[in-house]
Amino acid sequence: MSDVSLTVNGRRVSGSAEDRTLLVHFLREHLGLTGTHVGCDTSQCGACVVHVDGRAVKSCTMLAAQASGSTVVTIEGLSDGAELHPVQAAFKEYHGLQCGFCTPGMIMTATDMIARHPQGLDEATVRAELDGNICRCTGYHNIVKAILAASETMAKGAKGKAKQAA
Amino acid sequence: MGIEGVGARVARKEDKRFITGGGRYVDDMVVPGMKHAVFVRSPHAHAQIKKIDVKKAQAMPGVIGVLTGKELKADGIGNLICGWMIHSKDGTPMKMGAWSPLAVDKVRYVGDAVVIVVADSKGQARDAAEAVEITYKELKAVVDATKAIQPGAPQVHAEADNNLIFDWELGDGKATDAAIKSAAHVTRMKIVNNRLVPNAMEPRAALGHYDKAEDHYTCWTTSQNPHLARLVMSAFYNVAPENKLRVIAPDVGGGFGSKIYIYPEEIVCLWASKKTGVPVKWVADRTESFLSDAHGRDHVSTVEMAFDKENRITALKVDTIANLGAYMSLFSSCVPTYLYATLLSGQYNIPAIHANVRTVYTNTAPVDAYRGAGRPEATYVLERMMETAARELGVSPAELRRRNFITSFPHQTPVIMAYDAGDYNASLDAAMKAADYAGFTKRRADAAKQGKLRGIGMSCYIEACGLAPSSAVGSLGAGVGLWESAEVRVNAVGTIEVLTGSHSHGQGHETTFAQLVTQRFGVPIDSVSIVHGDTDKVQMGMGTYGSRSGAVGISAVAKALDKVEAKAKKIAAHLLEADEGDIVIENGEVKVAGTDKSLPWFQVALASYTAHNLPAGMEPGLKETAFYDPSNFTFPAGCYICEVEIDPETGLTEIIQFVAADDFGNIINPMIVEGQVHGGIAQGVGQALLEGAHYDANGQLLTASYMDYTMPRADDLPSFQVSTSNTPCPGNPLGIKGCGEAGAIGSPPAVINAITDALGVVDIAMPATPATVWATIRATKH
Repeated sequence: MSDVSLTVNGRRVSGSAEDRTLLVHFLREHLGLTGTHVGCDTSQCGACVVHVDGRAVKSCTMLAAQASGSTVVTIEGLSDGAELHPVQAAFKEYHGLQCGFCTPGMIMTATDMIARHPQGLDEATVRAELDGNICRCTGYHNIVKAILAASETMAKGAKGKAKQAA
Repeated sequence: MGIEGVGARVARKEDKRFITGGGRYVDDMVVPGMKHAVFVRSPHAHAQIKKIDVKKAQAMPGVIGVLTGKELKADGIGNLICGWMIHSKDGTPMKMGAWSPLAVDKVRYVGDAVVIVVADSKGQARDAAEAVEITYKELKAVVDATKAIQPGAPQVHAEADNNLIFDWELGDGKATDAAIKSAAHVTRMKIVNNRLVPNAMEPRAALGHYDKAEDHYTCWTTSQNPHLARLVMSAFYNVAPENKLRVIAPDVGGGFGSKIYIYPEEIVCLWASKKTGVPVKWVADRTESFLSDAHGRDHVSTVEMAFDKENRITALKVDTIANLGAYMSLFSSCVPTYLYATLLSGQYNIPAIHANVRTVYTNTAPVDAYRGAGRPEATYVLERMMETAARELGVSPAELRRRNFITSFPHQTPVIMAYDAGDYNASLDAAMKAADYAGFTKRRADAAKQGKLRGIGMSCYIEACGLAPSSAVGSLGAGVGLWESAEVRVNAVGTIEVLTGSHSHGQGHETTFAQLVTQRFGVPIDSVSIVHGDTDKVQMGMGTYGSRSGAVGISAVAKALDKVEAKAKKIAAHLLEADEGDIVIENGEVKVAGTDKSLPWFQVALASYTAHNLPAGMEPGLKETAFYDPSNFTFPAGCYICEVEIDPETGLTEIIQFVAADDFGNIINPMIVEGQVHGGIAQGVGQALLEGAHYDANGQLLTASYMDYTMPRADDLPSFQVSTSNTPCPGNPLGIKGCGEAGAIGSPPAVINAITDALGVVDIAMPATPATVWATIRATKH
C-alpha cells in the first residue's frame, strides 16, 4: 500500500491506496471525483486529462503514488464557484459536446493548450494539439470552434486585467 | 419562433453537468456494499470447453464469487435472442444457434464470456480471473464470411449448415435479369463494406443489485433503450418479472447502435448479485469493448446496374454476403435485410431491383446495427455504382444522378418503401454551389503543378428513419412495435415535466424536447424538465436508435401536449366564462382571443389541482400520456461532396473540403442538428480513410486498442460545410425526418469517389489508408 497526499482542487487530501492504483482511480474511487473519465486504459483517448502541477497529464498514465505531493486540478475544480471557466462556457455556447464523456478531458486539455499559447491559436494548431484526445460524437468541428473562441475571450480578459493593473 | 422555441439555436440545458464534471455515468454509480466483476473471456476463436477449474481463483484475496455458465443454466437463465425473424426464400426460418450469456460447452469468438469473478476490488477480481483454469480443445476457426459458406469450412453452430443463417431475397428477380439482359450498358462491381467497431467513448458497463428484502433487482446499464432491456431480460432471460426489475440508463456516453442490445454482461451481473448477495459492478476496459461490443457493416456484394441508351437506370441486381459474427445479436437479422435492401433504390427511379442476401456465422464478434445500420451499406453500393457508371458512360456524375432522380412524390420503389417527400435536385444544387464544383478543374490543375493529386466525389443518399410503423415492422418479422410514448405532467405551479421513452446519449433531448413545450405554452425553457432513462419513472418506451427520437419520440410529446392543451383550454374557458374555441395559449398566458381577458399559465395549472372550480364532470389534474405510432417511415436525403488532395509520395489523403446539404424536414434546433451531421461525417470519413476491424486467420482481433484501430482525430478532419434545404415530412405532426445517421450514411462513398477520381482507378478498399493509397499508386504506375 502507498500513502498518497495531494492538493486536489485547492483542498489537501490524503489516503492509502494499493501501489498499482492509478491517479485516475484514486481521484474517482477514493475522492469521489468522477468527472475524470477512463475511456481507453492505454493513454490514447484523453478522457482522463487533469492538471498536475499546472501541466495537462493523462491521469491513467500516472500512479497515484507518483502524484503524491503534487497539486492537482480536475474538471470539478476548474471554475471558481458559480461562474463557468471561459473554456467551459465556450464548449456550451458552441455545442462542443454531445454525450459529454470525453468533455472533461477535452476541456482540461484545451485550458492547458490556451495557457501555452498566450499569443493566440489558429485552427491548425488546435487540431494538432488535440491529437491526444478522442471524441466520437462531434467530429471535432465545434470543439475546435469552442477552443478558438475561448482563447480569444481569455486573451481579451488578460489584456483587460493588464490595463486595469496599469 | 421564440428565442427558446422551435427553430432556435438554444444552447443545451444538459451541458452544465457535463462541462463541470457532474455527469452521472454507470461507472460513477456507487451502491453500499458494491463489489467489482471481471469476466474471463475466451482467448480462442473456436474451441470446446473441456474443463473449468475455479478453485485457485476462489481462494484468492478479496474474492467473493467465481461463477460459470453451468451454474447460470442451472438457475434457469435463458439464452440471448435475436428479435427479428427472417425467413429464407425457401420459406424456412433463420437458423439461430444458441448464445448462452456465459459459454458452457463451446466458445465461438475471442472475447466470448466464460466465467465471472466478483471481488472486493477490480484489481483483485482481475488477479483472480487470471487464476481461473480453463482447458480448451481448440477448433479450426473461420472469420471471412465468403469462406465460411464454402463446403468444408469450420462449422460455428450445429444449427446452421455451412454457417448459412438465411438466404433471403427482395424484389423481382426475373424482371431485373431481363432488364440487365436487354440493357444498353451494364456496370458491374464487387463492393466491400469494411467491418467497423462503434467505439462509443464510454465503455459498456453494468451494475446489478439484487435487494433480498424486497426480492427486487435494479440494473444500471449503458443502454439506449432501458425499457426494451427490461422487457427482454424479463421475458427471455428469466432474470426477474418486469415489476421486480428496474433498469436505469443514466448518462450514457455515446451509443451509435452498440448500446441498443442486451449483452451477456448485464444479465450475468444481475444474476451474480443474487448469487453472491452483493451489488456487482462491471466496467469494460477498451480492449474488452473491441472484443465484445457488437461490430458493424462487413458486407461483400456483387452488383450489376443496367442502363438504357439515354443513361436511365433500368435495373439493379445486388448479391450480398453479410457477416453476422459468432451469434445473432438482438437486431442483427434486420440490418442487412429490411434496413438495407429496402433502400437500394436510393434517390433514383429504378424500375426493377433484386437483392439477395446471405447472412453467415463466423468466429468473430457479433455484428449488428452501427450508426446507419444497413443504410450506409446500401448507399455505398449505389453511390459507388453511380460513380463508376458515370465514368464508364462518359457523363458527369452529377448529370447521371439528375437524369435518374425521383422528382414526383409519393414514389413507390420496387423494394417496399414509399417515399413521401423530397427535393433531390435542391440538395445536389446546394452542395455543388457550396463546393464550387465548377471551379474544381482549375483547382485540380493547380494541385497538379504542386505534384499533388486532386479528386472530387459526390454521394446522394437517402435513408428510412422514423422507425417505425408497428404493424409494418410486425408483418416483416419484428418482435416489437416501434411506437414511442410520452407523458406530460404540468405541476400545480405551472412547471412541466416530460417523461419520454426516448433515451438521450448525446442527442440533446433535454433541450429539443423542452423547446417544443416552450413553443406550445410560452413558458420559459428552464421551467421544463425532460425525464428519461429509468423504467421506474417513465412509462414503457422503445428508446433511441435509427434517428427515431425526433420523428417518433417528439411526435409522442406533441400528441401528449395536444391533450394537455385541450384540457387547459377547457379549464380556462370555464374560469374566464368564454367559449373554448376562443382560448389561445401564448407567452405563458391563457387568453380569450380578441379580448383583454387572460389568466397566467400557472393559474390554470393550479386550478386543475385545487379542483375547486372545474367544468362539470372533469377529472382534477393536468397530466396526459400519449403513444405515437408512425404511419410511415421518414426519408431524410441529401448530397455530400468531398474534395481530396493526395500526396503521391506518401499516399496521404487530405480532405480539402467536405460539403453536406441535407433535407431533414423541419428542424427544432439547427445547432444540435449540425452537430449530429458533423459527428456522422467524422464516422463516415473514419470508415473511408482510417477505421477497420481486422481478424487474423485464427480469429484473433488484431485491432483491439486505440494503438491498432485508427479513430478519427481532430487533425484527420477538416471543418465541415453543412447546410439544409428542407421539405417537411408529411407523415408526422411536426414534419420532422430525423438527422442522426445521415452523416455516417452519405459520407463514405463521397470520400472514396473522390479518392478514386484523384487516382484514376475504379476502386480502392476502405479504409483507404496512406499505405493502401501508396500501393495503389505504385500498382497503377507499373
